Amino acid sequence: MTSVTEAERPAARAPRPGGDGRVTDRGAWFLVLPALIPILILSVGPLLYGILLSFTDAQSGRTEATRWIGGLNFQDLLHDTLFWESFRIGLVWAVAVTVPQFLLALGLALLLNQDLRLRWLARALAIVPWAMPEVVVGVMWRLVYAPDAGILNETLRDLGLGDGRDWLSGLGTALPAVVVVGVWAGMPTTTVALLAGLQNTPRELHEAAAVDGAGAWRRFRTVTWPALRPVALSITALNLIWNFNSFALVYVLTSGGPGGRTRLPMLFAYEEAFRYGQFGYAAAMGCVMVAAVSVLLAVLLAGRLRGGDTA
Amino acid sequence: MRTSRTGRAGQYAALLAYLVFLAFPFLWLVSTAFKPPRELASLHPTWIPEDPTLANFRQAFDEQPLLDAALNSLAAALGTAVIAVLLATPMAYVMARRRTRLARAAIGWVVVSQAFPLVLVIIPLFLVLRNLRLIDSMTGLVMVYVVWALPFALWMLVGYVRAVPRELEEAAAVDGAGRLRTLVSVTAPLLAPGLVATALFAFVTAWNEFFFALVLLKTPEKQTLPVVLTHFIGAEGVADLGPLAAAAFLATLPSLVVFALIQRRITGGMLTGAVKS
Repeated sequence: MTSVTEAERPAARAPRPGGDGRVTDRGAWFLVLPALIPILILSVGPLLYGILLSFTDAQSGRTEATRWIGGLNFQDLLHDTLFWESFRIGLVWAVAVTVPQFLLALGLALLLNQDLRLRWLARALAIVPWAMPEVVVGVMWRLVYAPDAGILNETLRDLGLGDGRDWLSGLGTALPAVVVVGVWAGMPTTTVALLAGLQNTPRELHEAAAVDGAGAWRRFRTVTWPALRPVALSITALNLIWNFNSFALVYVLTSGGPGGRTRLPMLFAYEEAFRYGQFGYAAAMGCVMVAAVSVLLAVLLAGRLRGGDTA
Repeated sequence: MRTSRTGRAGQYAALLAYLVFLAFPFLWLVSTAFKPPRELASLHPTWIPEDPTLANFRQAFDEQPLLDAALNSLAAALGTAVIAVLLATPMAYVMARRRTRLARAAIGWVVVSQAFPLVLVIIPLFLVLRNLRLIDSMTGLVMVYVVWALPFALWMLVGYVRAVPRELEEAAAVDGAGRLRTLVSVTAPLLAPGLVATALFAFVTAWNEFFFALVLLKTPEKQTLPVVLTHFIGAEGVADLGPLAAAAFLATLPSLVVFALIQRRITGGMLTGAVKS
């Protein structure tokens, strides 16, 4: 499809009168500005401002002028063991959510790409977690995990697997329990993206491979996966970023507890900024998080380049 | 493709497992919302309430300003949807029809901005909005939501504009229609379903949003539904499950209805978007 539009473009442009180009260029500016100005003021600007803030001692309720303090925030951050613990939890969480998310979504996308009955129902249901407010997702799973009235413990009791436990406040179970919710909540976007990728794989190649006697696994490896790889990498990269930066789910489920076991970096920075009012310090945390995400992305992109794909 | 009988059975079993995993938490939410306190305290909860009741809903409305919250959410979501589409459509048109450097830079930014943690954005935004006296105000919140919804709105709209054949516009131009006339009477009608889908998507995004609302809205009467929902959970993490479930259920309904309306178009929009880049 890409190549078709690519090929049409020069041909379609050729017959236009030459003088018309300049006028529409100016017209293009007027069309672009209404969206561009808000983006500049409320997205680009704040980000640059935020990076600047991390080099200051900005605080919430203070009346004195904010001072430039150079790298002091970052020095403090270096020795802030609580932050690094939270950072480590963030990394564990991001990977522990993204990997199963991808595998489960891939399985579901492959199924939904088949000609199965009930496919419409599955497609609709697969999107439901995406449609729900994150807060509601958190509330819902709190009900599932509830120690007495929760369905999880009740099911375990029915199956004779013990009395169940208080999943969200157990030191050992809180993080895994929250990870499951993260996987559940992020599956739809991943599934939809992978499904879109699957529908671009060449069907004829698939059939040819089947005629040649290639089994399902070989067909997947040699035909489906090469076509799916660019989409898979992009959505995985995005998922890693989104998960590392996630907030609402864990805020509702555990608010970072018990004992900080689920305190993701975003929760930590939020508390630093809006509970303790340390704007500059929290901004420095944000910068460290951006750096971490960039490294993650660089690693992923390097993997992509090694594969020789350009999509 | 030929698949063996056992293979098929396996596929159905897997699909069923997925359906159960995806659907059961929501079913449990609904079930909890209609249970009387006695059943909620029971050690053996059942899937179907033995004694269904609406008491939780009444109690939820008594405890928190749910109606105000719903109206606030509605205002935020409608404002975001309308303004985001108005702002994004012209730019999406340019991005789809011409390959200007500006359009490419904008798309680049849309991708880059995804990588930044919200905390780095919210502190400066908070300071800027405080200077403009737009903290704790719907105007400030909608401004933030619009910019926040623009990336995906642009992404969807570019796909929809591409789907309108260029040849149609050129034919209208040949017939002597001016640029504006072409846009209004040829492009706009064909684009309308896409505009509606994008608006609805922006609506759901704003309706569901939590973090910005948590930081930017202080007065309880001005807060949106997701923020008010968290008030049902006490300081010690103890929650009155019945009213919490009832309120959460109500807060989800609009999102689900809207999403059901645009489900096909969202997957379609992602398809066309994915094909392009």
